[in-house]
Amino acid sequence: MKKLEEKIFKFLMISSTVLILSILLYILYVIMKKGLPSLSWDMISKIPSGGFYLGKEGGILNAIMGSLYLIFFSVVISLMVSVPVVMYLNFTLRRRSKLAAFARLTFDVLFGIPSIVYGAFGFTVMIYFGLQASLLGGIIAISLLIIPVMIRSIDEVAILIPNDLVEATKSLGATNYETIKVITRQLLPGISTAVLLSIGRGIGDAATVLFTAGYTDSIPTSLTQPTASLPLAIFFQLSSPVEEVQNRAYAAALVLTIIILTLSFAARYFSRRLSKNKI
Amino acid sequence: MELMTAPLIEERPIPKAKSSSGCLKPHIEVENLNLYIQNNHILKNINLAIPDKSITCIIGPSGCGKTTLLRTFNRLHDDSVDVKITGKLFVDCEDIYAKDAEVTHIRKKMGLLAQRPCSLPMSIIDNVVYGPRLHGVRGKRKLYAIARHQLTAVGLWEEVKDRLKSPASKLSIGQQQRLCLARGLAVEPEIILGDEATSALDPISSKTIEELFLSIKDKYTIVLVTHTLRQAKRIADYVAFMYMGELIEFGTADQLFNHPKHKLTREYISGGFS
Amino acid sequence: MLKGRLLKDKIARHYMLSATIFSIFILFLIGGGLLAKSLPIMQEKSLWTLLTTSNWRPFKGDFGFASYILSTLYVTAIAIAIALPLSLLTSIYIIEYASPKILRAFTAVVDLLSGIPPVIYGVWGTLTIVPFISEKLAPHFVEFSTGYSVLAGGIVLAIMIIPLIISILIEVFSAVPKEMREASLSLGATKWQTVKKVVIRKSIPGIVAATVLAISRAFGETIAVLMVCGNFTTLPKSIFDACYPIPALIANNYGEMMSVPRYESALMFAAFLLFFIIVLFNVISRLVLIQIDKRYQS
Repeated sequence: MKKLEEKIFKFLMISSTVLILSILLYILYVIMKKGLPSLSWDMISKIPSGGFYLGKEGGILNAIMGSLYLIFFSVVISLMVSVPVVMYLNFTLRRRSKLAAFARLTFDVLFGIPSIVYGAFGFTVMIYFGLQASLLGGIIAISLLIIPVMIRSIDEVAILIPNDLVEATKSLGATNYETIKVITRQLLPGISTAVLLSIGRGIGDAATVLFTAGYTDSIPTSLTQPTASLPLAIFFQLSSPVEEVQNRAYAAALVLTIIILTLSFAARYFSRRLSKNKI
Repeated sequence: MELMTAPLIEERPIPKAKSSSGCLKPHIEVENLNLYIQNNHILKNINLAIPDKSITCIIGPSGCGKTTLLRTFNRLHDDSVDVKITGKLFVDCEDIYAKDAEVTHIRKKMGLLAQRPCSLPMSIIDNVVYGPRLHGVRGKRKLYAIARHQLTAVGLWEEVKDRLKSPASKLSIGQQQRLCLARGLAVEPEIILGDEATSALDPISSKTIEELFLSIKDKYTIVLVTHTLRQAKRIADYVAFMYMGELIEFGTADQLFNHPKHKLTREYISGGFS
Repeated sequence: MLKGRLLKDKIARHYMLSATIFSIFILFLIGGGLLAKSLPIMQEKSLWTLLTTSNWRPFKGDFGFASYILSTLYVTAIAIAIALPLSLLTSIYIIEYASPKILRAFTAVVDLLSGIPPVIYGVWGTLTIVPFISEKLAPHFVEFSTGYSVLAGGIVLAIMIIPLIISILIEVFSAVPKEMREASLSLGATKWQTVKKVVIRKSIPGIVAATVLAISRAFGETIAVLMVCGNFTTLPKSIFDACYPIPALIANNYGEMMSVPRYESALMFAAFLLFFIIVLFNVISRLVLIQIDKRYQS
């Protein structure tokens, strides 16, 4: 009887593993199959021309550049907030400080908040400041989204730095700021990984940019102009009745997937290197 | 029941009293055992017979393979992918490394006390009766009786009788180790294996555990890996000395400590290296 | 020289503290901001009306969220019901039974795929799941289904959150000390018994945490569900009916928000509802975890 139970569960476990693996690989396969035929050099190097949405020429360069601009500025802003926060929590406050515990709790909650809430909130911020849907609006929303992601990711690494190292530096007479400068060098691989993860999260998210970044056929030249983005490019084009346009949505999906997979590989590579050089 | 205490140095086995199965071999007999981790030869041609109902201590410098050897006794290497074992290991005349040997009933015969007390994530009483429950014992009263008996045997009963249902993790480390011993005894093993069972404990708890071993050795065959010579001197009846994966010498405690035959043994005992 | 260093240190401290306060504040800003925006509609209609009626006629001023709330709950429930058992089974197999090579390969796959954006799952869902339900599955059960349904939403969501749950569970199961497993095995337990009675038991806090995170994600996921759920306001009667979860509601209608009075406020209320539920959920489960920790671990 006991043996039978074990056998049944073993079967279930293996089936489950195989099932999950196949589905995930199947997803990649479908995206490739649908996207590859429509992927051409034109597609990624041109912006949509006049008749684009009716099936004529052009490409998704507007979305590609838009997404890149959005994520670049968001990451910069997010770094400017996240790194100091993590440094403060780990190396300035005492380990058992209540503020640190409360802060971490807050960040954990923020981490779980869905992107549409960030989008909606970003929208209200924009209205408050009288902004239109624009690059800037998108940047605000995405930054808010990825700050908790980045904080969590860097914090995970910072927490591993042994206390003795910090104390040794401090007892040499270094100020807190100088100590942190030293530690930052150590944390660079961890920070890079965090950046890659945040890019992954931010670049593919549609709900944050839906309200805030607008959509346009051209590449923005200033922060106050609206901008296209890859997720929205996919979404909008997919709903077109024209098959040609739908195909372009698949191509955009493939581009986005390739970007994400590359980032994931890079992140894994970095975190491997990080653990190799651990103290 | 007679036990011939002829010292074992080479291959003379110590005859065991005739058990019901007519087994004439000593309780545990290791025959030409070799163990490889990946391609490293960790245990080299071990031949050893563990005498019945006594305390055998395995000593040796760190890294000599004594823990590895102990863990072959109850097939704890089964789960390690990189480990390869050749040779035979007889427990009650049954080669536990034979192709078709069933492992759970072998393990039931042996209780293992690990270095760091590892209580299971359940209440004190559930810990103790975990084993019996696995093997089909049912009935609240019966289980309670078992728990009471074993906890008393390890001297823990008075301390925990009022909180049997509270989590075992709340006990002190010394208490936890005694709990683990009670848990091991509850499955009614014949052999007790201890892997540096007192090294994580304070001196008083250590002493308690040692005294427990001494008090039960007439009922169980006890094999201990000890990290200190002093502990072996205090409680061992037989001592096996290992060095670099080989069994160098085996004999009664008196023989090995006072008249060691091998040069390495002599050096180790006089504190030459560790 | 020293003065300069001390000054830098002071500036750095202030900067760090401000950044920290700001980050903590974001949570309250979001909550407060959304709440403020929802006040108009909350003042006009009672909370009860908003939450339990299902009339949704913005142009007439009717805002009943019940069908959206129910849709969200159904879709999340189906997603968890599918994802949790599968993730548990797979994680246990990978950690306890599979060789280290398989473990490494599988974790790599899971890691890579957990980064794939929701919109991609949405695309895939419209291409595979929706037709599958419409043509192959639904005919057995109902007369007609377009495929855009609660079930489609649930399935797509499940596939999205499975990598998340698995990566957490793998960590959790790996954290169970080897000695604990060995203690159980040494008492004569089989591997499966050890898994059942020791590994899983010890991992319960971790499993709970993984579930909470998964539910949070599923609850708030917008684009993937939006693409496959049908976006039809109704109280779904079967899993083959179309539905309209709250995130989809917000996403679809933001464009028209400004045209109707109170519409914007209603949608912000929806956003606030999401925010509130998820925050509450997270906080409660954290308290529960602390309690479990107190009682069962040391």
